[in-house]
Amino acid sequence: MAYGRGAAAVKAIEDVSLDIAQGEFIAVVGPSGCGKSSLMKLISGLHPPASGVLLVDGKHVDGPLKSVGMAFQNSNLLPWRNALENVLLPLEIVEPYRSGFSKQKYAGKARALLESVGLQGFTDKHPWELSGGMQQRTSICRALIHEPEILMLDEPFGALDAFTREELWCALRDVQAARKVTVMLVTHDLREAVFLADTVYVMSNRPGRIVKRREVKLPRPRELEVTYTQEFQDIVHELRAMIGKH
Amino acid sequence: MDRSEFAIKVVSPAAFTVALFVIWEVLCRGLNVPLTILPAPSDVFGALWQYRKPIIDNSWVTLWTTLAGFLIATVFGLVLGIAVGWHRALYAGIYPVMVGFNSIPKVAVVPVLILWFGLGEIPAVLTAFLISFFPIVVNVATGLATTEPELEDVLRALGASKLDIMRKVGIPRSLPYFFGSLKVAITLAFVGAVVSETVGANKGIGKLMLDAQASFQVPIVFAGLLVLAVLGIALYAATAAVEARFTGWAFRGQANR
Repeated sequence: MAYGRGAAAVKAIEDVSLDIAQGEFIAVVGPSGCGKSSLMKLISGLHPPASGVLLVDGKHVDGPLKSVGMAFQNSNLLPWRNALENVLLPLEIVEPYRSGFSKQKYAGKARALLESVGLQGFTDKHPWELSGGMQQRTSICRALIHEPEILMLDEPFGALDAFTREELWCALRDVQAARKVTVMLVTHDLREAVFLADTVYVMSNRPGRIVKRREVKLPRPRELEVTYTQEFQDIVHELRAMIGKH
Repeated sequence: MDRSEFAIKVVSPAAFTVALFVIWEVLCRGLNVPLTILPAPSDVFGALWQYRKPIIDNSWVTLWTTLAGFLIATVFGLVLGIAVGWHRALYAGIYPVMVGFNSIPKVAVVPVLILWFGLGEIPAVLTAFLISFFPIVVNVATGLATTEPELEDVLRALGASKLDIMRKVGIPRSLPYFFGSLKVAITLAFVGAVVSETVGANKGIGKLMLDAQASFQVPIVFAGLLVLAVLGIALYAATAAVEARFTGWAFRGQANR
């Protein structure tokens, strides 16, 4: 699977070239306003590239990709739906689930997904009855329920406290390992990027371009302990040195 | 409802209302206020009982004209609000016209309506409608226009059409705005109906009060005011109950879940 190159009309990003393998976990880091989110919108097909090509699965992207799941810093759950109904939302929109959708038919699937991220017993709660971390877990489940090929996460843990964030790293790590989904994570947090990703891309200031591609060879499954090792710290330092230099 | 809550929610407003009537009564008797200036509550309730038949008949007319106007305003306001919230060009085009229209005092429109439809209930229904649809349109349009762009991205990335986004997000999201506006609209519709009856009609509480005033039967005028207050409260409470029933999720801070 290859993604091509693209440049957004406002030159938010320029000459970005990424190749992402199926099932790979990549992280994109960079200073704020460097076009990380634009890159994500580009790949998901929400914004067409001004020039260049974008290929997913060998096909040109010219509209929103249905094989994408997205989650943002704000969980954006619908307050009138409980956790389970929020997770079911994509199935009411994406084919082949859409035709013949019924809540009963897919409730089991959604419940299993919620339980896999540790939300057993909270499936019938409404968003305001869930903590910030739980809301974010639900949001990630919503991005995964239709079994997308690519999961796009735009600073999904940005608004959480440090401990909850680390918990969610592990939840995301496990869900990705179990489902072999391709993940593109946009983040400010270098530790988060190194802990979770196979490959980390560093973007420069606007117009954003990729200034560094760093593979993380730390063995999987990774435990939180790994973040305290010298090897981990060295990678973080190496990436940090690249940010803001260009 | 426990005892302290009962005291606050039931006993306190009831006691306050009774106290108001008692003070009013004492002042009228003590200062010997003439009946034609300000009748005491006992006189007003007396008139209410004595003329209960015409009062009930006319209240009924005012009530149904209000409700009919309100119903039309609800349907029209909802449709126009969705249309305006749907499309920015429509919003830009319609909004100034609506503001202009809304700033015309509706009492000035009643003579025109009477000219077109004659004396009767139709001008009252139409006045109630014209005065009350505006807040509904504005609220529904606002609710739709303020949908979070990121949430829209999530759905668009799934291939959702504009109609899908409206159905799944926009419309449910604007429901609290819609029901909130109904509370305002029902009060306005009531004002519209009574204003229309006062300008020209052959039935209704407004007409009854006008006739009573012309013949200096001031206690009946006040009885009419009292009935209007009670009807107004009842209509408001009914709308508020519907609101709480349908948009409980929007009041999550309160303990009604």
